[in-house]
Amino acid sequence: MNPVLFYLFAAVAVIASLLVIGQRNPMHSVMLLIVSFGALSGLYVLLDAPFTAVTQIIVYAGAIMVLFLFVVMLLNAHTEDEAVPQTLGPHGMKIAVVLSLALAAEVVWALSRVGAASFSTDSAAAGAISSVARIGTGIFTTHAFAFEVTSVLILVAMVGAVVIARKEH
Amino acid sequence: MMPAFINPTIVAHLVLIFAVMNMLVLSSAFMVWMERKVCAYIQDRVGPNRVGFEGLLQPFADVFKLLLKEELIPKSADKLLFTLAPIISVAAALTAFSVVPFGTETTLFGLLREPLRLEVTDVNVAVLVIFAITSMGVYGIVLAGWSSNSKYSLLGGLRSSAQMISYEISYGLALAAVVMMAGSLSLREIVLNQSGYWWHIIPRWYLFLQPLGFLIFFTAGVAETNRAPFDFPEAEQELVAGYHTEYSSMSFGLFFLAEYVNMVTVSAVATSLYLGGWLGPFLPDWLGWMWFLLKTLALLFFYVWMRWTLPRYRYDQLMEFGWKYLLPVAILNLIATAALVIWLG
Repeated sequence: MNPVLFYLFAAVAVIASLLVIGQRNPMHSVMLLIVSFGALSGLYVLLDAPFTAVTQIIVYAGAIMVLFLFVVMLLNAHTEDEAVPQTLGPHGMKIAVVLSLALAAEVVWALSRVGAASFSTDSAAAGAISSVARIGTGIFTTHAFAFEVTSVLILVAMVGAVVIARKEH
Repeated sequence: MMPAFINPTIVAHLVLIFAVMNMLVLSSAFMVWMERKVCAYIQDRVGPNRVGFEGLLQPFADVFKLLLKEELIPKSADKLLFTLAPIISVAAALTAFSVVPFGTETTLFGLLREPLRLEVTDVNVAVLVIFAITSMGVYGIVLAGWSSNSKYSLLGGLRSSAQMISYEISYGLALAAVVMMAGSLSLREIVLNQSGYWWHIIPRWYLFLQPLGFLIFFTAGVAETNRAPFDFPEAEQELVAGYHTEYSSMSFGLFFLAEYVNMVTVSAVATSLYLGGWLGPFLPDWLGWMWFLLKTLALLFFYVWMRWTLPRYRYDQLMEFGWKYLLPVAILNLIATAALVIWLG
């Protein structure tokens, strides 16, 4: 992996993601999220996984973010220029701090367990990742259950959205 | 001594990239001329005939005029996104062509030691790359519509995003059927799979194996490029000029450039997927790109012909057609293709 390109894409992904939550304008947040997805896709290319990279663009940057834009445009969401009233009470604040500290500790713990050795530099393994045929067989044999469960989950979410959105006659 | 990275192959690649970019821009200029000429003949007029031979230089005159115009940005527009939108449109349009192969390998008459492939880059997921970059192009239009802060622009942008999402599905399913038959996602391999003839006469194009797929692909392609009879994002009777109402000067020109380059790309991809790409009789192998140009040009002519022949649909008809007719047919086509591929081994 080219270290210069890695740090470039990683920096773009991290900075863009940070800016997403720093924006007052929802439209700018959406655009920055797309930039972040693009940088992630670049990282996948560096990892010899072009199929994953392209899927990332098609599914996230291409389809899901267009829906996001659609919603922002339809609701005509305004910029949050007005001072946001403090909705979290003092207790809520404490709980939030504890939860985020717990999350940070969890991430550090998980990352420290992953040694350098678990990243395979075997080029044959890398070839297998990028093979579309291998991914396809994997999804419909070894991981068939997880795949089907995911699709049922999405179907349930879709039916739920329709039920909630439908007006009573 | 020359540094190692300046070798003939890399120089040839750079020249190729430069040439492809410029050919795309030139082809869109040519398309503007062809559109105006064909439209004129269909309407029993003469069309542009003053600037250059038969008005061939008219598009260049138009571009210079646009470049000299004042650039206006509405006061209440989102300046950053307003400026960015046409750039995104053009960048996506020009990038999509980078994975389209338009000829066999050539050594340029022995000039190069390693043969050069006539395409900017050969990736093993080319079909998906085109699909991904095309889906990026929608942002240019949607952002233009939103950032202008005008009701017509917004409606144009909304229509465009709904239309592109709806037709992208059928577009992708038609692509998937061809990928299944070829057993590869690389456009070069898909083209090479179409070499040879049935009974020495009929070329083995996927057009004959996938006639329905071709129709779905091209219909969805017309909708994706926002061309008549599906040109709702800029329907002038209802929306003034749709998403680019507030644009002036060259940023308005950039949307036009993107639209024409997108048409060239859709036609080039259709040529590679269904019409055997650069393969053809009579010409020697290294002149295959002529066949490619000819087939692409034929599809482009069809595009123009259609625009000046068919009236625009109504917007609800467009949505109904996309979801209730085109999509089910595309799914059936995919299932039938899968069954045939398994049955015939």
